Amino acid sequence: MNAALSVDGLEVIFDRFRALKGVSLEVRSGESYGLVGESGSGKSTLLRAIAGLAPVASGSITVNGKNLGKGRDKAFYREVQMVFQDPYGSLHPRQTVDRLLQEPLAIHGFADGEKRIERALDEVGLGTGFRFRYAHQLSGGQRQRVAIARALILEPSILLLDEPTSALDASVQAEVLNLLEEVRRRRKLTFLMVSHDLAIITHMCERLMVMQSGEAVENLTASQLVGHRVTKDYTRNLLRASEGFVRTA
Amino acid sequence: MSTEAIQSRRDWLLSERPASRMQARLGRAYVAWRRFSANRLAFVGLLIILALLVVAAFADVLAPYSPTIGDLKNARLLAPSAAHWFGTDDLGRDIYSRIIYGSRWTLYVVILVAIIAAPVGLLVGTVAGYAGGWTDAILMRITDIFLAFPKLVLALAFVAALGPGIENAVLAIAITSWPPYARIARAETLTVRNSDYIKAVQLMGASPFRIVLRHIMPLCISSLIIRVTLDMAGIILTAAGLGFLGLGAQPPLPEWGTMIASGRRFILDQWWVAGAPGFAILIVSLGFNLLGDGLRDALDPRSGDQ
Repeated sequence: MNAALSVDGLEVIFDRFRALKGVSLEVRSGESYGLVGESGSGKSTLLRAIAGLAPVASGSITVNGKNLGKGRDKAFYREVQMVFQDPYGSLHPRQTVDRLLQEPLAIHGFADGEKRIERALDEVGLGTGFRFRYAHQLSGGQRQRVAIARALILEPSILLLDEPTSALDASVQAEVLNLLEEVRRRRKLTFLMVSHDLAIITHMCERLMVMQSGEAVENLTASQLVGHRVTKDYTRNLLRASEGFVRTA
Repeated sequence: MSTEAIQSRRDWLLSERPASRMQARLGRAYVAWRRFSANRLAFVGLLIILALLVVAAFADVLAPYSPTIGDLKNARLLAPSAAHWFGTDDLGRDIYSRIIYGSRWTLYVVILVAIIAAPVGLLVGTVAGYAGGWTDAILMRITDIFLAFPKLVLALAFVAALGPGIENAVLAIAITSWPPYARIARAETLTVRNSDYIKAVQLMGASPFRIVLRHIMPLCISSLIIRVTLDMAGIILTAAGLGFLGLGAQPPLPEWGTMIASGRRFILDQWWVAGAPGFAILIVSLGFNLLGDGLRDALDPRSGDQ
């Protein structure tokens, strides 16, 4: 079995609120796996729990065969990285792109920082002309590219994507999605991607899980979703909602 | 320098595509400087503070008489004149010279207090804000205890315990002035600690120590600098107050507060003895206040496009 990431019976409790109620999933190595559901369904929480940013009450998370406890060590962060939803909030306002990219290298003690930063910027389609800019000198799409470069610079094998394009407008969205696709193919990455946009998920992912109020509703493949071969009412509603407003004569 | 050279230098500073770390940093400083210097009053404040620095540095050259040795026989309590610009005191010392030398002590107090109190407040506030829980509760209750006392009364108590003298006055003022800085730093920290860019650094595997030091503190520093500059006037006044009560600088040190205290006895007949140092305190306090206001406009990250 070559599961890159598996989650078993995961429970997350904030104060008294059960945000996740025993969710299980398995992502194969090199696969792109989607999580869909309405706002508050717990899909982002699942991602944050894997990253160690949400309080896990019970259940287990396994990354590349290694079971994770409460804490996360440096080795984990070199395997798993995350791209956040809001590109305006995920870059430090007082640091240049250069400084942002240098930080992970400094923490993990990489020696060839200069080369890596240049390579990372090239890889996400930003030239070195962007290297010494501050976040406020970048557009939304450029910021998200920087965030992707920052996630990739430690050369992780798993990338957690928390609605990476929902804050961007349509044309930029396509650019960023293509960039992610390209990076995944080149580096053979495993993606776990959250989105409320079914079109994006069916475009990007082979398999997906539908979530509602902290629970898994059903597991589907992208082609099942496209062909509307779903079994649960909730998924059907979600599909209908995604088709948008339909005028009834 | 030709206007073209100036223009190209400005373009280089304001470039949207800085080519080096240095250029990015200088460009940022230049933008802040432009915003600061556009504010006339703040500029006046800066000039006052620069003048204070120059006066303190060149006190030996600028002062026409000795600050401590007077002419008891011929020059007691003379009114302001061409020979003694601000008059003389009861020991025949030239008040103008004493004020010039006194600027050194004023700077000494202000700078030492800022150097001691601001980092302590910054550290306590950011650690409390980032750690949360018990650490936060304990650190903030200690801060509250210090805040509960009126500043001057607490400083008085410390000086009484430590003994009078300018070093102890500095220490006492520093001990009483860090709590507001801790509060500010904690409030700033709370607003950024849950932001995505801090989460992103956590995801890099950064230690809490590194996050506080390199990512949170830089965000708190500008509001802290503003607050410290605005507090400088208060620090000068507290030092003067301690001097006035005889618990700060001891005679014959030409500290402004102490000078007012010794001029108190002649305040109705020889007003200049207490008036001149009072005026000096007023001007310098005003300078720091204007500077602080200007810095707030220039450095506040929430105003403008920084």
